[in-house]
Amino acid sequence: MADSKKELFLWPIFKRNPIALLVLGVCSALAVTGQMLTAFVMSLCVTLVVAFSSLTISLVRSHIPDSVRIGIQITVIATMVIMVDQILKAYSFELSKQLSIYVGLIITNCIVMGRAEGYAMNNSPVASFIDGIGNGIGYGLILMSVAFVRELLGSGTLFGFEILALTSNGGWYVRNGLLVLPASAFFLIALLIWIMRTLDPEQQEKN
Amino acid sequence: MAKESVFRSYYTVLILAFVCSALIGLTAVGLRPKQEANRLQDQRKNILYAAGLYEEDKSIEELFLPIETRFVELATGLYLPEDQMGVKLKSKGRILTSDEDLAGLRFIEQYSPVYLVKKNGQLSQIILPVRGKGLWSTMYAYVAIDSDLTTINGVSFYEHGETPGLGGEIENRNWQHSWQGKKLYKPTGEMALKLVKGTAGQNPYQIDGLSGATLTADGVNNLLEFWFGEHGFKPYLFQLQKKDKSNG
Repeated sequence: MADSKKELFLWPIFKRNPIALLVLGVCSALAVTGQMLTAFVMSLCVTLVVAFSSLTISLVRSHIPDSVRIGIQITVIATMVIMVDQILKAYSFELSKQLSIYVGLIITNCIVMGRAEGYAMNNSPVASFIDGIGNGIGYGLILMSVAFVRELLGSGTLFGFEILALTSNGGWYVRNGLLVLPASAFFLIALLIWIMRTLDPEQQEKN
Repeated sequence: MAKESVFRSYYTVLILAFVCSALIGLTAVGLRPKQEANRLQDQRKNILYAAGLYEEDKSIEELFLPIETRFVELATGLYLPEDQMGVKLKSKGRILTSDEDLAGLRFIEQYSPVYLVKKNGQLSQIILPVRGKGLWSTMYAYVAIDSDLTTINGVSFYEHGETPGLGGEIENRNWQHSWQGKKLYKPTGEMALKLVKGTAGQNPYQIDGLSGATLTADGVNNLLEFWFGEHGFKPYLFQLQKKDKSNG
C-alpha cells in the first residue's frame, strides 16, 4: 500500500489504474467516450462521487455495523449520485440528457463501491478522500484518452470544435464510422492497457 | 469495528435512511424550479426543431415568437376558445379502456396543446405533441405536419429512457430526418404510416426501422397509430381539412 499522500494520489492514476489494471468501470467507459465533453463531465461526476462517498464512509466507518456495511455503502453512494444528477439537470440540462442513464449508473460503477469497501472502511477520512480523487482522475484519464481518439477520428472534432474537416461537410477527412460506436472503446482500452503494461512491466500478470 | 448487535444494525440503517432522504429531498425540492425551466426550454427547442425552425445562434424565445399555442379538444377536434386557455387543463381527461389504449398511456387529456406556425397569415405547419410507451419508458416527441395535413415536416423525440445506442437512437437526428416527407394518411383517410424493418426507401408510408430496437420501434408504431387515430389528433386534422375545403 502507498504510504505518503502523494503516492496515495498518484498510485491509482498510473500504477494501479482502476480501468487499466483493475478493469473496473468499463461499461461507462464504452458508453460516454464518443465525445470529449461527455467523457469529461462523466469523469468529473465520478471523481466527485468517489471522493465524497469515500470521505463520508471513512468518517462514519467506526459506527457501521459489519453485517449491514455493504447496504450502507450503497445508500451513501446512491445519495451522492442522485444529488449529482439533480444538480446536472438544474445547471447543465443538455449534458444531463446526453449522459442519460449513465449518471444514475455511477451507483453501480464498481470503482466507487470498490474504493468504499476496499479502502475507506479501513483508512482515515483524509487518506480516503485523496484515494477517491486519485481513482477518479485515473478513471478520467482513461476516459479522456479514449474519447480523444474516438471523437477526433470518429467525428473529426475535439470538444465539439472541428479539427479534421469531414467529407460530409465538404472537407477532406473520411470519418471512421467504427469509432463512433461504443464497441470501438474495447479496442482502445485494450491498446491502453497494452501500453501501460509495457511501460510498467510490474502490472503484467504472472503466469 | 463497531460492536455487533441486531438492534444496532437497525438503528444505524434508520438514521442513515433518514439523513439520506432528507438530503435528497432538499436537493430535489430546491432545484426543481430551475429544472422545470430547463425542461420547458428544451421542449420549446424541440418544437422548433421538429418544425425545422431551430437556429443555434438565435435565442429560443425569439424563434418561438411566431408560433401560436392553441388547445384542441381531442374528441371533437375543435379549438378551445382563447379566453378559456388559462384554466387548468392538464387534469381534465379520462381513463382509456384497454382496447383504446394502444400507446400504453392509461390517461388521455381532454385538451391537448397544438403549436401553429403561420407564414404571412397562412397556416404553414402544425406541431403536435405525442407520447407513447416504448420498451422501458414513455417516449415524448413532437411531430410537425405540413399544411396539407398529412405530410410530415419533421419529428423530434426529446424525452425517453430507452436503451442508449439501440432504442435510444430515436434521438438520432439523422434517423429523424428520414421522417421528412412521409405521409400519415392515405387518400382514403386511413392512417398508414409505419416503421418497417430494413429500409423503407421512397415509400411515403414507411419509415426505416431501428436495428436492434424492435420493441422500441413497436412502441413508436403504436404511438403513431394512437395519436393519429380516432382518439388522438385525427378528428382535429380532419376538422381542419374540412374547413380548408369550405374556404377554398
